[in-house]
Amino acid sequence: MEWEIVIGIETHVQLSTESKIFSGASTDFGAMPNAHACEVDLALPGVLPVLNKDAVEKAIRFGVATQATINQRSIFARKNYFYPDLPKGYQISQMEIPVVEGGTIKFHVAESEKTVNLTRAHLEEDAGKSLHEDFIDMSGIDLNRAGTPLLEIVSEPEMRSSDEAVEYAKTLHSLVRWIGICDGNMQEGNFRCDANVSVRRKGDKTLGTRREIKNLNSFKFLQQAIEYEARWQIEQIEDGLAIVQATVLFDPDSGETRLMRTKEDAHDYRYFPDPDLLPLVIDDDWLKTTRASLPELPKSKARRYQDDLELSGPDVASLVSSLEAATYFEATLNHFDVSGIKPAAKSIANWMNGELTASLNRSQKDFSQCPISPETLSVLIKRVLDNTLSTKLARLVFEELWSGDSTVDDIILKKGFKQMSDSGEIESFVSQVIEQHPQQVADFKAGKEKALNSLVGQVMKLTKGKANPTQVNEILKSKLS
Amino acid sequence: MSLSKQDVKKAADLARIEVTDQEAGDALGPLEKVFVLIEEMQQLDTENVEPMAHAQDISTRLRDDIVTEKDQRETLQASAPAVEKGLFLVPKVID
Amino acid sequence: MFGKTVKELGDALRRKEFSSTELTTAYLEHSKALNKEVNAFITFDEEQTLAQAKLADEILSTDNATALTGIPIAHKDIWCAKDWITTCGSRMLENFRSPYDAHIIKRFKECGAVTLGKTNMDEFAMGSSNETSWFGNVKNPWDLGRVPGGSSGGSAAAVAADMTPASTGTDTGGSIRQPAALCGISGLKPTYGLVSRYGMIAFASSLDQGGPMAKSAEDLAILLEAMVSFDDKDSTSLEKPTVHYSSMINKSVKGLRIGIPKEYFSDEIAPDIQNGVQDALKEYEKLGARLVDINLPTSPLSVAAYYVIAPAEASSNLSRFDGVRYGYRAPNYSDLNDMYAKTRAQGFGAEVKRRILIGTYVLSHGYYDAYYLKAQKVRRLISQDFAHAFKTCDMIMSPTTPSTAFKIGEKVSDPVQMYLSDTFTIAANLAGLPAMSIPCGLDRNQLPIGLQLIGNYFDEAGMIAAAHQYQCATDWHLKKPPLHNV
Repeated sequence: MEWEIVIGIETHVQLSTESKIFSGASTDFGAMPNAHACEVDLALPGVLPVLNKDAVEKAIRFGVATQATINQRSIFARKNYFYPDLPKGYQISQMEIPVVEGGTIKFHVAESEKTVNLTRAHLEEDAGKSLHEDFIDMSGIDLNRAGTPLLEIVSEPEMRSSDEAVEYAKTLHSLVRWIGICDGNMQEGNFRCDANVSVRRKGDKTLGTRREIKNLNSFKFLQQAIEYEARWQIEQIEDGLAIVQATVLFDPDSGETRLMRTKEDAHDYRYFPDPDLLPLVIDDDWLKTTRASLPELPKSKARRYQDDLELSGPDVASLVSSLEAATYFEATLNHFDVSGIKPAAKSIANWMNGELTASLNRSQKDFSQCPISPETLSVLIKRVLDNTLSTKLARLVFEELWSGDSTVDDIILKKGFKQMSDSGEIESFVSQVIEQHPQQVADFKAGKEKALNSLVGQVMKLTKGKANPTQVNEILKSKLS
Repeated sequence: MSLSKQDVKKAADLARIEVTDQEAGDALGPLEKVFVLIEEMQQLDTENVEPMAHAQDISTRLRDDIVTEKDQRETLQASAPAVEKGLFLVPKVID
Repeated sequence: MFGKTVKELGDALRRKEFSSTELTTAYLEHSKALNKEVNAFITFDEEQTLAQAKLADEILSTDNATALTGIPIAHKDIWCAKDWITTCGSRMLENFRSPYDAHIIKRFKECGAVTLGKTNMDEFAMGSSNETSWFGNVKNPWDLGRVPGGSSGGSAAAVAADMTPASTGTDTGGSIRQPAALCGISGLKPTYGLVSRYGMIAFASSLDQGGPMAKSAEDLAILLEAMVSFDDKDSTSLEKPTVHYSSMINKSVKGLRIGIPKEYFSDEIAPDIQNGVQDALKEYEKLGARLVDINLPTSPLSVAAYYVIAPAEASSNLSRFDGVRYGYRAPNYSDLNDMYAKTRAQGFGAEVKRRILIGTYVLSHGYYDAYYLKAQKVRRLISQDFAHAFKTCDMIMSPTTPSTAFKIGEKVSDPVQMYLSDTFTIAANLAGLPAMSIPCGLDRNQLPIGLQLIGNYFDEAGMIAAAHQYQCATDWHLKKPPLHNV
């Protein structure tokens, strides 16, 4: 029996605003408990919410970036339930008319492109945290996170494997960082996924009963949880048992999901329009300004890099993996003439995906914090392209650049790294080597091609790497023929 | 429309208000009278009438994204029933 | 000093006839003594009050004094006032000391007014008789066996008994106008959005509006100037140019078209009220106004719609009282849910619980459309009725209440009878229109009768002027309750 897994994902994206969605308290992570919970966040009697403009701006950015419909009039509603980390006894969210509707996320799985449709994305406030460790029979409530703005992004149930689910989540994660609406920090819970999983026999048209796995805060857990859950559901059905609609939690230690509550004891949230907030209206000008301020999206950049610069798939993928990387790449490329743009692009990509990424990773920086400016990198690459530096020497220059603030040309001068390109000078070294290594010369003349490499190496050694190996090769060949 | 004791108990449960069987029964009579009053609305044809949630037909005002609140934890927790290490204490929360 | 208006006291203060400290001390003593009978106040805080009076005296010695500088004002205990116990008439907040000021409390402070105390009220403003207060019912100074109305009953009784020169109230379905009528004082509920709700403990957010209660329309103007102010902490607060209400009170009513809604003059109204209101209307005609018949056909359903919308909003607004961050927490419980359930069962009184249950029920799954959505549609029709009526009239007048002050305990057992005492006041809240009540007579039991004025949006100045013209021509607002035995 062939089974099909059906997955829909709800993602809670914490919007990277300075202040909370309905109060002027800070959203900074890591403060003393309740130090960032102001009178509004604590739901003191008499306090009222006022909507943060930037949270709305960020929701619009997301809508524009996913080609969704931005509802120019949306409504905030109260979702009523009791929980100690929910100070008002209701969460301000959006129900009937969310700010964003529709939209798509596109990604690749195993070489083929997949498009997942989005149902909606709505603004809401986060809850606080319950801490259980420090107290016996009691929990401590920290409301610092209460009121932090969230965009809840809901996908259609269109994913068919844990791989697709993970790729979807990764693409979404990269996008929200790209458009500057979320810092993407998953450890701090700023990007969390709920996965709705159901299974059905291949070919079935109707959906199976779903169970929702709550609060997955890493891609690994997302994958493990879906795989476990799907397997579990298939076994249940094969054992003749029915799936009961439920909310479950994933336990990373056991790798299993466990029941939290079934639909029967689901809440009756009693949604109704929040009378403290009037309709959110987004006018044409606001939409226009936001649309114009959005950076070029990764998809479009990737297409350009591939078509115009003829870069390879893997090169492009890493260049558009973050806005910082793409920005750095383009800033460096700007220092080259159109005529030599393709080899320059290839070379920049090599540097960025090689030495630069390695060094940045070591010092836990991204491309926006790179100590070597795009201009400096362009000079370094130019010195290689014009044969001033060998690749090997260029690496040494790079190391100098990374640790100091000198320029490429100063380092070349100071360290005497300038590549030897005077053929007369190289010829004398070549003659010297031929004289000192009669055996290799004989081998080469006897047809052993490899002997030539050894001779080139000797010349390079003698010139301390400053000779151009291609040139050495040519001169050697002509002298020995 | 007729209200049952079960309805009263269900609403009380949703609203987290403890009611005894006796109290639910006692509440029923007056509540039924209120619902008779409320039901008067049903006589009116409201088809195609736009619901009115607010007294004003305007849009919500937005605030700039600026931190305006300082840490006032001491003051704000002064009236709390139980606080320890800056946390509000409640009976154990079970997920 | 007692019995004088805010206007008169302000003039005397600026003429240095007495200091604010003297005035405030006198009021404190007088009020505290009377409070044993009337129970109009929940909290006095002499230290804070006199400190404010002292500050006011300093301002009075400069040129910066306003019309309110040094005047003691009593605030309904629904307004959060920094460092004051703020109870909202509930056991739930019996020991809640507010860490912040409501916007209007700040405004009064800026004007140099002195907080005399916090007045008694129906618990969470839910009631029309002040019998639901955890702190005991308020008695009507006109007859201590009768209710003062509600929910701003303490504020109304305090003004009527000269326990304060003026007070603040809030009005969700008539809570300023009904007690003003029953206690023979003047009270105004402004257009929704004019007075900030920040720091006013919410009952039904889309209906709640704060306003002044005083001895005269002129005093209402002075208080309103302090209370109307844009507040960026309230999303529903309106940004409007400043209006100097007190400089506009002399506007004549000549040519004013007064709409008379036939739905508000039914046979169910006490005959003495019918007569009192008819006499007032005749007086207006004498002053040059013209009466026009209007229809408010949906308004008979306003009570029904209100008792869906207000409890629905209230059930959600009152969820924050859960014993976690402030307020009452039950002493014994087995677990978290039991703590919630017992805290709320013990912390709230019967009427509040009743309304929470109604609100929870009408919002719950399967009932939303039949009740909440239906009520919102009825609300729209009620609002449209008014818009239509204001095409042919400038102001609407009616009785404020169907009966004068009723006996304590008379309506406690029947919530619907109690709810119907707001039958003429509720529609203005649903539409968000400004409305006021002024005294216009005494019934056979020597109990005050209230005349209701409903204005078009933002016509507070016109209404106050119309009320002032009436008060210049008559003396009903000057009648004093007997209070012989106090």
